[in-house]
Amino acid sequence: MSDEVDNSRRRFLTAGTMVVGAVGTGAVAVPFLKSWSPSARAKTAGAPVQADISKLEPGQQIIVKWRGKPVWVVRRDQKALDTLPRIEDELRDPGSQQSIQPEYARNEYRSRKPEYLIIEGICTHLGCSPSYRPEITTDFQGGFFCPCHGSKFDFAGRVYAGVPAPTNLTVPPHFFISDSVILIGEDGVV
Amino acid sequence: MSEKDTGTGFMGWIDARFPLTKMYEEHLSRYYAPKNFNFWYFFGSLALFVLILQIVTGIFLTMHYKPDGDMAFSSVEYIMRDVDWGWLIRYLHSTGSSAFFIVVYLHMFRALIYGSYQKPRELIWIFGMFIFVALMAEAFMGYLLPWGQMSYWGAQVIISLFGAIPVVGDELTLWIRGDFVVSDATLNRFFALHVVAVPLVLLMLVVMHILALHEVGSNNPDGVEIKKNKDENGIPLDGIPFHPYYTVKDILGLVVFLILFSVVVFFMPEMGGYFLEHANFVPADQFKTPEHIAPVWYFTPYYAILRAIPDKLLGVIAMFSAIIVLFLLPWIDRGKVKSVRYRSTTFKLLVVILVISFLGLGYLGALPATETRTMFARLFSIGYFGFFLGLWWISKNETTKPVPARVQ
Amino acid sequence: MNKVLIIVTGLLLPAIGLAAGGEYAYPDDKIEIDWSDKAAMQRGARSFVNYCMGCHSASYSRYNRVGEDLGIPEDLVRENLIFTTEASGAKTKVGALMKNAMTPEYAEQAFGIVPPDLSLVARSRGVDWLYNYLRGFYVDEIRDGLGVNNGVFANVGMPHVLADLQGLQAPKYQTVTDSNGNEHEVIVGFDLIKPGSLSKSEYDQTIHDLVAFLDYIAEPYKQTRKNVGTGVIIFLLAFLVLAYFLKKEYWKDVH
Repeated sequence: MSDEVDNSRRRFLTAGTMVVGAVGTGAVAVPFLKSWSPSARAKTAGAPVQADISKLEPGQQIIVKWRGKPVWVVRRDQKALDTLPRIEDELRDPGSQQSIQPEYARNEYRSRKPEYLIIEGICTHLGCSPSYRPEITTDFQGGFFCPCHGSKFDFAGRVYAGVPAPTNLTVPPHFFISDSVILIGEDGVV
Repeated sequence: MSEKDTGTGFMGWIDARFPLTKMYEEHLSRYYAPKNFNFWYFFGSLALFVLILQIVTGIFLTMHYKPDGDMAFSSVEYIMRDVDWGWLIRYLHSTGSSAFFIVVYLHMFRALIYGSYQKPRELIWIFGMFIFVALMAEAFMGYLLPWGQMSYWGAQVIISLFGAIPVVGDELTLWIRGDFVVSDATLNRFFALHVVAVPLVLLMLVVMHILALHEVGSNNPDGVEIKKNKDENGIPLDGIPFHPYYTVKDILGLVVFLILFSVVVFFMPEMGGYFLEHANFVPADQFKTPEHIAPVWYFTPYYAILRAIPDKLLGVIAMFSAIIVLFLLPWIDRGKVKSVRYRSTTFKLLVVILVISFLGLGYLGALPATETRTMFARLFSIGYFGFFLGLWWISKNETTKPVPARVQ
Repeated sequence: MNKVLIIVTGLLLPAIGLAAGGEYAYPDDKIEIDWSDKAAMQRGARSFVNYCMGCHSASYSRYNRVGEDLGIPEDLVRENLIFTTEASGAKTKVGALMKNAMTPEYAEQAFGIVPPDLSLVARSRGVDWLYNYLRGFYVDEIRDGLGVNNGVFANVGMPHVLADLQGLQAPKYQTVTDSNGNEHEVIVGFDLIKPGSLSKSEYDQTIHDLVAFLDYIAEPYKQTRKNVGTGVIIFLLAFLVLAYFLKKEYWKDVH
């Protein structure tokens, strides 16, 4: 073997090839990783959905499917709304500081209009779907109850202290197209 | 760069438990390959690369593909349009399959002209032939999956070939299809075989192929055994460590290959209807055969042999013989000289006949049969089998040139 | 040796290929599709939804993708391209697949055949074929119900839906002799016997645009594919230089 090996040139070329090769490999990995993101079909299926609320009576709940998730639309009566300020001491995050909601729903009612609650029916603990408990009793001031691990939420989807769920239920983007039609999945122009 | 087996540190810890350094040395840094490899020696490492490419792209296609008679075709279009970058993954896979055969055919041709199948490398050749057969099965079953007209009718025709087998033929075709025609059942089992069973077999065979190669050592364009001339340390005088010399050389070959491959993937993925056939953009229709059925180009030589023979059973026998005869090559060739460089002019002439016949058959197999073409197909079939017969005949007492003791 | 071989096969093969007789089809024109001409494709999209989608679908293609690729804003897509409704009665969503309102069962009854999906027709038939086919309808009284035949696709089951635009044409025949000595009566031209609302050149342009759209819809990512490909190849060429010098450097050792 030759004695006049230019080691620095060799090291430079080796390192250069390795770096460029790694860049190439990394670039090739991108399309493969991106192929996992929601496809055009999934995005279409996840497009905003309209819901007709004209026939919703006070106290009633309807469930709308958005992105495969249940979204509840609840028309709260005055009795239910009255419970909200009363129980704030028992809640973990009454001001919704740690919870997910659009800015326009970061209020006591967690909604655009106090009367209508629009909220994702997915427990923030482990993803079960809680059930609607409109009855106001002495032990439970009404709201939602998750059967999986016993988490409790009030009529604004705010979580009680001392239950497994860490934050309030999530409010999806939504807006009122008219008094009787809402669009879930889009903030709309206000 | 290279690791020394110090026996201490992290590598030492590993090596005490797993022969990592030992394997690295045996197969790379202390695997001595002849220093005179030429152009033809790129195709082994390229075949390995394409295999990995096919496995990776195949895995990602499986994530979106639906092996269902009603959904298969549209799921492929779904991949092409709705999945982010799905078109790229699919074109890499479809172009990859053709690239695989190009590379493997050239790899086999290399073995043929330099006698790499001769003693003591018969098993390498046999394993390689099994890889080739597994690859054909893999490609055939994979081609059904897009569930286009060519997929469907191609599978129908090829499966019907088994019907030519006396007595059990009809039962056999029924069993392969799992239905009275090619159907959802066929698609589903082909899918399972294509994505799980055959790739496992392929990988295993590739390992055996390489282990056998590294056991006896590589042949070279001179057909000289480099192990016959070793220095005082037992290192072949004409050998160089595979790593780094052939790794850097193979990287260069790989980049050239990738450039050509990219030209096809990005600018001509249909390759004029040879890599992706036009009729395969029409969903499978079991009531309507396309006007002209041709297998994908890599099967056309055998298809042309099949069609050249006017009898169904004999045609099938001839077609399968064309592959079986390749298995027997190490024993058909009775010569002692490996490389075409030192073999007789008759041998060179036979190789020319083989190549012309093979290309001619491949060309004819892609076209509709006419009388003239069938005549040519018969001529080329004779040429193809004539090579093996001729080789057996001439190799017994072949006039060869003197083989040098060392590589040139 | 290799060169001789290439030359021999190169000379031999075309000779065999040409031995087969060609098919007779009229018209037999070529068409150039300019992928940068989005306006043509937009006009083609308009023709497609108006004239083709009554019977055919492009069920692998999505409206919003067409809008995005051809530069049509979403509200215009909704207004000008979507004429179907969902089961609920609401207008089809902009992200939906371009399916027509006809069920296959209904089509089977009405036409005896389900009109093929056209998403990929430009890839299975080729753009030249489409261009000629859509200009190749001629009056043929023998054909009940349809009254037309086609010079490119004989006895096709499709009516001439663009007759209002093109008008009606009658074939001019000529007798030709093929290489095997057989005589055929073939169409060599058309006479316009009833003018349509468009002139010949306007009609040809309309068909050109429609075929441009069909070409687009068959492979909507074609332009992306080529753009990415250019980048990839430039990168690989740079890598090639590096790999070449690396190999050369190491192989200095080998004598």
